Amino acid sequence: MPIDVNLIRNQFPLLHQEVNGNPLIYFDNAATTQKPKMVLDAMRRYYEVDNSNIHRGAHTLADRATQHFEDTRESIRAFLGARESAEIIFTRGTTEGINLVAKTFGSTFIKKGDEIIISTLEHHSNIVPWQMLCEQNGAVLRVIPITDTGELILEEFEKLLSSKTKLVSLVHASNALGTINPVKRIIDAAHAVGAKVLLDGAQSTSHLEIDVLKLNCDFLVFSAHKLYGPTGLGVLYGKRELLEAMPPFLGGGEMIQDVTFEKTTYANLPFKFEAGTPSIAEVIAFKPALDFITSTGKTTIHQHEHALLQYTVELLQDVKGVIPVGTATEKIAVFSFNIQSMHPFDVGQLLDARGIAVRTGHHCTQPLMRRLGLEGTVRASFAVYNTLAEVEVFAEAVAKIAKLKNK
Amino acid sequence: MSTITDIQNEIVAEFEILGDDRESTIFYIMELGGNLEPYPEDFRKEEYIIKGCQSTVWLLAEEKEGKIHFQADSNTDITKGLISLLIRVLNQRSPKEILEADLDFIPRIGMGNILGSQRSNGLVAMMNQMKRYALAFQTKQNT
Repeated sequence: MPIDVNLIRNQFPLLHQEVNGNPLIYFDNAATTQKPKMVLDAMRRYYEVDNSNIHRGAHTLADRATQHFEDTRESIRAFLGARESAEIIFTRGTTEGINLVAKTFGSTFIKKGDEIIISTLEHHSNIVPWQMLCEQNGAVLRVIPITDTGELILEEFEKLLSSKTKLVSLVHASNALGTINPVKRIIDAAHAVGAKVLLDGAQSTSHLEIDVLKLNCDFLVFSAHKLYGPTGLGVLYGKRELLEAMPPFLGGGEMIQDVTFEKTTYANLPFKFEAGTPSIAEVIAFKPALDFITSTGKTTIHQHEHALLQYTVELLQDVKGVIPVGTATEKIAVFSFNIQSMHPFDVGQLLDARGIAVRTGHHCTQPLMRRLGLEGTVRASFAVYNTLAEVEVFAEAVAKIAKLKNK
Repeated sequence: MSTITDIQNEIVAEFEILGDDRESTIFYIMELGGNLEPYPEDFRKEEYIIKGCQSTVWLLAEEKEGKIHFQADSNTDITKGLISLLIRVLNQRSPKEILEADLDFIPRIGMGNILGSQRSNGLVAMMNQMKRYALAFQTKQNT
């Protein structure tokens, strides 16, 4: 069923404003999505009605806050199709989730000479933590190459796999190009050599159906703010047996069972990995964001966003000077491009003058940009509240800019 | 030759004509970049770079008969346009004039509003670099 975009837009207060004298067109959704009113309301309600520290307080407010906090954890479990909510760990974001796995799973189970496989498509946050680990323990980082269209070369991946491979840490959908990786096939191949797999779901979780049991990934990380939720909050899903075997990440309050000056025993999952007071308001306000996605329907969202992408490609593919970057067959709704003889920053600034928000630059994927021989791109990324009319305004603005240097 | 103040006033007047139309203003700034003399390729080196987050600027200063001659280039057209404004104001002047110049045209044309703080700060960084060159040449003249 097609969605009623106006009905959806009415739930997002921020969208209804003018920027530089034009109605705002927000096409920077891969960076962060806007928040529906119910998320904002939940945050406010928490501070106005329920604010108190969770899990330990012996009073009604603490009990209520704890209940709401744990309700979100259960919602995430259901959202991902995980077995139990103890496998859902709250973090500060995707980056922290990857660092957590590198510092705990990595430093315990990956040794000198072992290999970690990532891909050319990775965001810096799925490169640097592994480089740091390799520097510490002498493990080796291997990189899956890509084609010019931005797709992984699976034959090369299979050549990289060996008994030395301990972990494959892979982006599910590329933030810079939109490529959706064939993760099921990669996970199965990695498991066949005894390696574990971490999926960076920062871009995929808001667009694609995710079922961690079907995928059989060992870890999945993502950020709430890219799923219409608050900033500063992320999720790490991990299989129980792995999380049990991993040492804690940070030490402190909330993560302990018993502390003496001689020895500390750690709390059970998930609290073992949640030292200190968490982002309570953000966690509580994330549940309505998930409810929004679930009630709209992931398939419906994906179809709508895909229609926006298709329309963009259709309107711009024959415009002289417009060079699409990343033309994989399977893509989330990301349109990355350059304009011949123009710097992406200038293009972004001209679009901004028309009230159109896009991202420009290397998108925290410098190795990918180097592989493509580019300094950066302009990236328009769509969300459920974007419209075909907005795409038309955008395409017209891009065509006008392209004409400047490509007559 | 017009004074630094005269040229700054000219620039401000030109931008006033453009009014509030941000898109036209940016197009205009991009066109201004075309006024820059071609940058000598021998000096397209690391030591002449002023590095911003997204744009790169090469700035070269040479002294001839007590006046400083600036040449510059950038990988982005908007930045090129902005440098051309600075060069228009400061080129072929003595180190003393450059050091004493009260460069207020950047806030007066509302560059921060037109292009955002990133570009506006970049422009200030370029201006400071030009003043540093002037200081270096002045020191050399005095020794």
